[in-house]
Amino acid sequence: MFAPAARLASKRLLEIRQIFRQSPSQTSRSFSTALNYHIDSPDNNPNTPWDFSDTNKEKVKDILSHYPSNYKQSAVIPLLDLAQQQHGGWLTVSAMNAVAKIIEVAPIRVFEVATFYSMFNRAKVGTYHLLVCGTTPCMIRGSREIEDALLKHLGVKRGEVTKDGMFSVGEMECMGSCVNAPMITVADYSKGSEGYTYNYYEDVTPKRVVEIVEMLRRGEIPKVGTQNPQRIMSGPEGGNTTLLGEPKPPPCRDLDAC
Amino acid sequence: MGLGLLALRATRTTSATLTRFSSSSPISRVPTISSFIRTIISTPELQKPEASAATQSDPLPEIHPPRTPLGGARVHFTNPEDAIEVFVDGYPVKIPKGMTVLQACEVAGVDIPRFCYHNRLSIAGNCRMCLVEVEKSPKPVASCAMPALPGMKIKTDTPIAKKAREGVMEFLLMNHPLDCPICDQGGECDLQDQSMAFGSDRGRFTEMKRSVVDKNLGPLVKTVMTRCIQCTRCVRFATEIAGTEDLGMLGRGSGEEIGTYVEKLMTSELSGNVIDICPVGALTSKPFAFKARNWELKGTESIDVTDAVGSNIRIDSRGPEVMRILPRLNEDINEEWISDKTRFCYDGLKRQRLNDPMIRGPDGRFMSVGWREALALVAEVVLKVKPKEIVGVAGKLSDAESMMALKDFLNKLGSNNVMCEGNGVNPQADLRSGYLLNSTISGLEKADVFLLVGTQPRTEAPMVNARIRKAVRATQAKVGYIGPPADINYDHQHLGTGPETLLEIAKGTHPFCASLLAAKNPSIVVGAGVFEREDKDAIFSAVETIAKNVKAIRPNWNGLNVLLLNAAQAASLDLGLVPESENCIESAKFLYLMGADDTELDKLPNEAFVVYQGHHGDRSVYRANVILPASAFSEKEGTYENTEGCVQQTLPAVPTVGDARDDWKIVRALSEVAGTPLPYDTLGSIRARIRTVAPNLLHVEEKELPIFNAELKPEVSQKMSKTPFGKAVENFYMTDSITRASKIMAQCSASLLASK
Repeated sequence: MFAPAARLASKRLLEIRQIFRQSPSQTSRSFSTALNYHIDSPDNNPNTPWDFSDTNKEKVKDILSHYPSNYKQSAVIPLLDLAQQQHGGWLTVSAMNAVAKIIEVAPIRVFEVATFYSMFNRAKVGTYHLLVCGTTPCMIRGSREIEDALLKHLGVKRGEVTKDGMFSVGEMECMGSCVNAPMITVADYSKGSEGYTYNYYEDVTPKRVVEIVEMLRRGEIPKVGTQNPQRIMSGPEGGNTTLLGEPKPPPCRDLDAC
Repeated sequence: MGLGLLALRATRTTSATLTRFSSSSPISRVPTISSFIRTIISTPELQKPEASAATQSDPLPEIHPPRTPLGGARVHFTNPEDAIEVFVDGYPVKIPKGMTVLQACEVAGVDIPRFCYHNRLSIAGNCRMCLVEVEKSPKPVASCAMPALPGMKIKTDTPIAKKAREGVMEFLLMNHPLDCPICDQGGECDLQDQSMAFGSDRGRFTEMKRSVVDKNLGPLVKTVMTRCIQCTRCVRFATEIAGTEDLGMLGRGSGEEIGTYVEKLMTSELSGNVIDICPVGALTSKPFAFKARNWELKGTESIDVTDAVGSNIRIDSRGPEVMRILPRLNEDINEEWISDKTRFCYDGLKRQRLNDPMIRGPDGRFMSVGWREALALVAEVVLKVKPKEIVGVAGKLSDAESMMALKDFLNKLGSNNVMCEGNGVNPQADLRSGYLLNSTISGLEKADVFLLVGTQPRTEAPMVNARIRKAVRATQAKVGYIGPPADINYDHQHLGTGPETLLEIAKGTHPFCASLLAAKNPSIVVGAGVFEREDKDAIFSAVETIAKNVKAIRPNWNGLNVLLLNAAQAASLDLGLVPESENCIESAKFLYLMGADDTELDKLPNEAFVVYQGHHGDRSVYRANVILPASAFSEKEGTYENTEGCVQQTLPAVPTVGDARDDWKIVRALSEVAGTPLPYDTLGSIRARIRTVAPNLLHVEEKELPIFNAELKPEVSQKMSKTPFGKAVENFYMTDSITRASKIMAQCSASLLASK
């Protein structure tokens, strides 16, 4: 008679104990994005003037021409992207205000978009912004070690910029290179919006990422794509193992035999 | 995905119960089984809510009794062919095409729980609380965003719908703090009520709840952003109704929060309404914080007097204290919004009040005396001066009864110099259409071109401004504005600053004339600030010419409007409070100020005897010889007429302060002491007297439309001056004695006007 009640009580007790056991270690949930509100600083406040450069003004015109004149606000993402490239990889409040002015919406509508997308940086990043993929396939293949190697080599924490302003490390969600996991992306803001590149370095190892960083520091551009010399793009290591010969034609069914 | 799973599980269980039903014989065998089971499990309903729901529901289709629509939901068929029929829980309802499923349910008398849906805001569909089951739809449907289709079978009380609501509620409560005991929304919280009605009694969330940084939105709105459930009602209100696009939804996922990004105060004159529309305690009233619980308060349905709109309000009081002011629904006047001044002026009712009758002694100081002495002194002085030298001024907040009594009293003494503040010299009181908002406030929505002459509705009458904004947003109505540069929160053309522009439009040479002529329902709004100008007759004749040219006055549309500034103005003109001589104040020996604080007293002769009857120690008290304390609008029953001619009454919510009395009673008592008793001594008999002067003032909550139009007015030969129009309201937050005494209004003018 009392068995169900006792079982229920013991189960509940277990649950309660579990909650208490968890709490000290798990104090807060971490979020991928930075703060969702702005704090004025000398290099980021609404009073600093900001405008697109003359060459980019042409690009702005081109971007706006893709949309009907009464739907200018659709251009918010391409314009923010352009502003971010021009401003060395991050968006100041005045840059967002400038975009709002161009597309004729209230600034808050631009802030909403910029805070929503994690690829818009609202805090300073390095000239080379290194993004480590942290999603499951890359994590299984050792993305944490890669991030640790980068952070240790550069002497920064995640989200920080090195003293010389050259590098910063961030985390990204899946960038679609799972077959070449683990991978990092290098957003290169060293040549402004004209020479902006966003390159994938795949099949990296903790040793290789450090080499990549050093090459970038010297101004060289490492080979893009897989870093495993034995792989061609996303093909298997050591050459193809299947589909080696000429593909055979599909077998022709002998309909009469059926 | 989660909801789909829930729905799947729910369907599975119902089909299980159904098979159980069909296998058992139709005669009551199921109850016996369940009573047998009861010996093992005490309450089977708790374990399987669907099963118990299924046992209770009657499988036979029954004839549905007619139901009453919810919350005043009305069906209006613009075109009878557009009517479609849907079934809500089997009950057929006819609704016009384009209505949503939720609205159809409301018409059918079924209340659908909701958080993000608000019938005056755009549809967001992000809270998912309004999920219902629709036949042939694979998953539950968000009823607020789903248009009703002909023959739709909507089910609101099926296990699927119940389970869906329970699941959504669990998600909403996941990050909602359990701080109801210290939350000001407690007791009137949508989340609290709906979690009791539709939620589960347990949750499965064992992680840490999130926390969000509170935002500073200014001195009126207190934020506890951790309580926010991201319904975005406040964002939509600020964007659509208040017209200040400051609030937004920042971030995403569980990091999502409401904010302004760059720290910014909410500089809207309607910001207080976000407190009402917030379904949880995230946005609450800062002045009311931790003051009272809503169930301790007594609500009194009354009328606002801080502007000429006469917004319908509910005064919530506890004992002798007004605790807060809330809006009341009135579709014709304020919809369900009120301005910040209306909502937060109440703390002015507790400060600077006049308690006792006072006489200024020879040393210049006031002494408290009894009513007898004070009235005797006033009567003694008033009988000594010549009738011509007696002047009476009614203040901004005076009710019709007291103005009637004051006028009758002074007339009995032989003086006809009675006026009301803000009407200027020589007010035109003969034609009602000459001082009323003839289009009516709700009628402004029909206008397609506005011409604002010397008026800034945003500061003079925020509720009228909200209507104009509504029209501009809904029908792209054009707005032309003549006046000083002003902050207008909708698209408008600034045509000019002075009367020259008005003349140009009257002559038809101004480019704006084209849009006025093309308009179907042109609406010209003249501010009451024009009343104070020397050349007001010339301005009004120019405006009338424009109205004639653009055919603004037709049998079914009157587009010539005057926007009044004060609550007393319309009634005072109806009662004929027009002074006999223009500069009576300059020659006055006895001045009776009935709550008049904005009258220029510089020209008043030094030897003049001033009686101030009012409720606040405000500007005029400095000049007064005798003070007679009166009751404020929250303490008396009084009749007010708003700018569109709608008559409404205030009701006493709290007792009067100290020895104060109602305004008309003081005048009546004074007339007795002065030996010329007025022939009425009850509110009923004074209203009977009003009936002989302005019978429309007794038709409460009715609009008496003016019959005669401006065409009957005599020709004017006045010269128009070149002086540009001024601002009638310098500081929106401080316009009368109550708001000037209010600490909250002082904070507002300090922080909000400074940041503009």
